[in-house]
Amino acid sequence: MKISNIKKEFPIFNNRIHNNDLVYLDSANSSQKPQSVIDRVNEFYTNEFSNTGRSVHYLAVAATNLYENTRSSVKRYINAKDKNEIVFTKGATEAINLVANTFSQKYLEEGDEIILTELEHHSNYVPWHFLRKSKGIKINFAEINNDGEITLESIEKEITPKTKLIAITHLSNVTGAVLPIKEITELAHSKGIKVLVDGCQGAPHLKLDMQDLNCDFYAISCHKMYGPTGLGILYAKKKWLEELPPYQGGGGMIKDVKKDNISYGDLPNKYEAGTMATAQVIAFDQSIKFLEKVGIENIISHEQELIEYGQEILRKNNSVQLIGNPKNRAAVLSFTIGGVHPHDIATILDEDGVAIRAGHHCCQILHDKLGIAASARASLGIYNKKDDLDQLNHSINNCKKIFDL
Amino acid sequence: MNIKELYQEIILEHGKNPRNLRKTDNFNKDATGKNPLCGDNVHIYLKLDENKKVEDASFEGSGCAISMASASIMTDLIKGKEEPEVKEIVHDFLGMIKENPELKSKNLEENEKTKLMCLSGVKQYPMRVKCATLSWHTLISAIDNTQEEINTEKLD
Repeated sequence: MKISNIKKEFPIFNNRIHNNDLVYLDSANSSQKPQSVIDRVNEFYTNEFSNTGRSVHYLAVAATNLYENTRSSVKRYINAKDKNEIVFTKGATEAINLVANTFSQKYLEEGDEIILTELEHHSNYVPWHFLRKSKGIKINFAEINNDGEITLESIEKEITPKTKLIAITHLSNVTGAVLPIKEITELAHSKGIKVLVDGCQGAPHLKLDMQDLNCDFYAISCHKMYGPTGLGILYAKKKWLEELPPYQGGGGMIKDVKKDNISYGDLPNKYEAGTMATAQVIAFDQSIKFLEKVGIENIISHEQELIEYGQEILRKNNSVQLIGNPKNRAAVLSFTIGGVHPHDIATILDEDGVAIRAGHHCCQILHDKLGIAASARASLGIYNKKDDLDQLNHSINNCKKIFDL
Repeated sequence: MNIKELYQEIILEHGKNPRNLRKTDNFNKDATGKNPLCGDNVHIYLKLDENKKVEDASFEGSGCAISMASASIMTDLIKGKEEPEVKEIVHDFLGMIKENPELKSKNLEENEKTKLMCLSGVKQYPMRVKCATLSWHTLISAIDNTQEEINTEKLD
């Protein structure tokens, strides 16, 4: 599958937005879906639907096999050691909450410390804040440098003998900085500290190799990976999933239930209580296959070319101020225009069919640090091309004209 | 809908050079409001005389052109009006932004109505309505002295 023709696989681009072609630059928020993924949802509900894992009839067995096939595909795609290291959740948010909740039950006590960074999305801060309130753990924030990056040194500075866990993004959804996860994990493990990676932005754009990264936990958002909404993945080393307590209780996650005692099921059932997002899981297999067909190396080089082009043209545009200047940047270009509020930028760009995001992108800590209330963000997907960035630049110029800049 | 109908000259001008963007000396009523989704915030200050007439109105805060222009036009327009008149105007303005085709208030001069109707463009942009109405809701909160921060997510 050639990346130059990939837009055709996404039916959304057949639509006109305010009589313009859609220029979709909001993939960091959520990506569009290829036809194969959309069709798979439809096909499952039309011809194959059943709940999984509960009944012995034909449809139930077939649906269970399909569901487990996706687990195997994810295992392959992220190079996990074992397919039982893959837990389906309702989203990356739930994946992080699952770890915060269960890890703290077993391993965190009052006064223990965890390290976050100033780049974190609220979904990788709020769950830890809950623990600050309920358990009295302390949160330390590793600081960004002037380029909007987090370095190994900035993490190292925050480590104390009480540090138990580092929870950190793989790729900033604002500055686009790619973090040195492997090095951070090495450092952390040398001091007995565990590492959770928020992979929401990393997973769609970077090569995933859990055995190489060697992190303890990795949270994935499937709808940002050309997959359905309502689905996330928690990768966790098997040892942790075996040792940690269950998260939610319900059907499917038990082994034996008595009036005076309950024993829990084996992996992966232990963490998948209740009826799961079956259709979404089954359709996500198509997302993985789609990504594999295109090839992550091709995706990386395509998106790298685009990000460099985008930086180049926006840097040349007077009054556009790019946020951050990370040496290793992927997929995200956030900016401000002096004299125009990001919400006005977004509304004016939308009129041209250019979809971007404006606001704090769930990163208020970072925006406070930068001394701004909001920013505009153009983020890339597999389907973007240079002409999308040309249109972005053109519409920014329209915006400047309206505001007489 | 043309984007120029939203960003009319008068809005751009007020957005760029907001009137009354300051803190009234010796204000006797005030209230804050915010839009948590986009981070816009506003603080309204009023100085009412003994007859409850608005002697001065001002605001502090940050936001998009629509919200700044709306606060600017509003604070300009209510000066010299009495409290019940102000409340009636706010009610009329919010009604117009929500559903009414035009302003009906007898407390507004024609030129004042024309100015306020410049903000009616947001009706076509549902996501931007809150930008236009934040300062107006906050004004009511100041007048009623509710001591409660206005939160656009908690309004109808």
